[in-house]
Amino acid sequence: MSDVTAESRVAIASQRQLIWWRFRKHKLALVSATIVLLFYLVAAFADTIAYSAPFDTEAARSYIPPQPIHWFDAEGHFRPHVFALKGKRDPRTFKLAYAPDPSEPRDLVLFGHGYGYKLFGLFPTDRHLLGVSNGRPQDALFLLGTDQLGRDVFSRLVLATQTSLTIGLVGVTLSLLLGILLGGISGLYGGWLDLGIQRLIEILRSIPTIPLWMGLAAAVPNTWSSQKVYFAITIIISLIGWTELARVVRGRFLALREEDFITAAELCGASRMRIIFKHMVPSFLSHIIAAVSLALPAMIISETTLSFLGLGLRPPAISWGVLLQDAQNLQTLGLAPWLLVVALPVIVVILAFNFLGDGLRDAADPYG
Amino acid sequence: MIAYLTRRVVLAAITIWAITAVTFIILKLPPVDFVDAYVAQASSTGSSISAAEADALRAAYGLNESYLVQYTKWLSLVASGDFGRSFEYGRPVTEVIGDRLWLTVLLSLGAIVVTWTMALPIGIYSAVRQYSWGDYIFTFVGFIGLAVPSFLLALIVMYFGLRLFNMSVGGLFSSDFALAPWSWAKLWDLMKHLPVPMLILALPGIAQLVRIMRANLLDELRRPYVMTARARGLAERKVIMKYPVRAAMNPFASTIGYLLPYTVSGSIIISIVLSLPTVGPLLLRSLIAQDMLLASTIILMLGIMTVIGTLLSDLLLMWIDPRIRLGQLK
Repeated sequence: MSDVTAESRVAIASQRQLIWWRFRKHKLALVSATIVLLFYLVAAFADTIAYSAPFDTEAARSYIPPQPIHWFDAEGHFRPHVFALKGKRDPRTFKLAYAPDPSEPRDLVLFGHGYGYKLFGLFPTDRHLLGVSNGRPQDALFLLGTDQLGRDVFSRLVLATQTSLTIGLVGVTLSLLLGILLGGISGLYGGWLDLGIQRLIEILRSIPTIPLWMGLAAAVPNTWSSQKVYFAITIIISLIGWTELARVVRGRFLALREEDFITAAELCGASRMRIIFKHMVPSFLSHIIAAVSLALPAMIISETTLSFLGLGLRPPAISWGVLLQDAQNLQTLGLAPWLLVVALPVIVVILAFNFLGDGLRDAADPYG
Repeated sequence: MIAYLTRRVVLAAITIWAITAVTFIILKLPPVDFVDAYVAQASSTGSSISAAEADALRAAYGLNESYLVQYTKWLSLVASGDFGRSFEYGRPVTEVIGDRLWLTVLLSLGAIVVTWTMALPIGIYSAVRQYSWGDYIFTFVGFIGLAVPSFLLALIVMYFGLRLFNMSVGGLFSSDFALAPWSWAKLWDLMKHLPVPMLILALPGIAQLVRIMRANLLDELRRPYVMTARARGLAERKVIMKYPVRAAMNPFASTIGYLLPYTVSGSIIISIVLSLPTVGPLLLRSLIAQDMLLASTIILMLGIMTVIGTLLSDLLLMWIDPRIRLGQLK
């Protein structure tokens, strides 16, 4: 009995519902979707989640190791707090060494005051997700330690997430536009246009991309502002990333052109535009979304790599690649291994996007 | 077959032309042209360049003429083997690059061999023993290979190499051999240093190919002919190796064309992180110093060698795959 109702449910379900049902079965993709969503939430509220101003340097706070949060006080009551750091000069070497001072606990508070910023670039505020009750957060709170210039690694990591994730989105949008345009022309019109575009894609794919990127990125003038560099880098990355998307679009157009429902629409006298946007695009939209979610991690890797080499975004811009640049040499890593923590979100996000893309690709064709 | 061959050669020729065009664009991108950069560099180091010499250089590259003339002049110089001088090093570009190009080739080709020899058995194992512990472990390692950018992998390996084994994985030669002329001892030293960078370089490719191989072989193993072979009492080894593996390997072989550019790209990055004496670090330095003749020569050579390598792999594919040889597959 239940089989029959399930079957009739499938029979009347919309395509969107079918895709969702199929996608739901893919547990790993579901978890990955949640992770990706969380990361973009962090990106959207980056300034709120960070607690120290990202450019606030202080030589005396250089290379402080990550400080744990103490959850219970001496009497065993739940009272999350951190210890303020006290600098002590070594009487022999005169070196300043920082150590947590248990006599000066600072309570953690939610939505405490910190540096001023504009939420979504609109609403000025100085509230941050985490704060300390007495004193400034940048003197006591070091969840992931500090870098050489005494800047808080956690806050910078959160802001870097914003840059790196959005550059991927902008880059993917640009490549998608190129891919749909060229792939669509290629698949729709065929003939010598198709031949030309296919050869162009083949040529682009047989050139080693990294040396090319490096050459193009190195030509971005030093005098450009961070925003201009950001856009230049996005364009360079998307110029090479569009080929795979164009291939997917072309393949879909070619496959759909032969379908009965397209012929039927043609026979009914529907215009070309109507056929494309009313009949073809909806039926391959899900494939495009899957291809995009597989292209995004490649974009993120590209940006991170270029910035890591010093050819992409440059300080004062903050991105994962820029942060990893600090962890480049072994002396630094020996001294401050926590700088390598930036690698973690990079790996997690790329894995999550890959699983999500796999799940979407499987779900994109719910009749298969 | 002739048609296939011609198509491939023509495409390779067009690709090489496209690479020269892009290289020329990169050469001309910096706001200061390279002769001015040369003069500035020379005067800052004390040795001055006469105005006549600078003018001769300008004339040789046609710098006062249209871009088209500049391009053809540059192209004919490059085609005759004159790549110009590196301004940063004050020596001919070919001399600066020296052995580095061949070390890059060695590293990339080695990594591709490693990719193949490891991906094939692992792929077969993962498909035949689907959902076994080994399969899960390889799948997990494969995902790490896909998700970790190569520079990060190199960085992490270097960190743990130093931390756990107190061993430096950077470089391709021990300090005794770095500047020594080639000898058997130096070659042996190189062989000892190569495996770690090769493995790091090969990992993403291995991960990708294992995934393809596993999926293809799983599809093949479900085919009725496999059951027929079993029913007729063929040895399990033969059942698997004789037909399904060969059928599954096909798309595997065709991806080699994209594997080469991918690996060359990767070798640049991990060479920079591990400071290997390949063209990678040289390219980065020359780009940052805007030593454009050196940088563009490296980009050009890498591009052309990749295209030739891809062409060779296509010929190899033709030799392996009878369907291409007989002209049934476009």
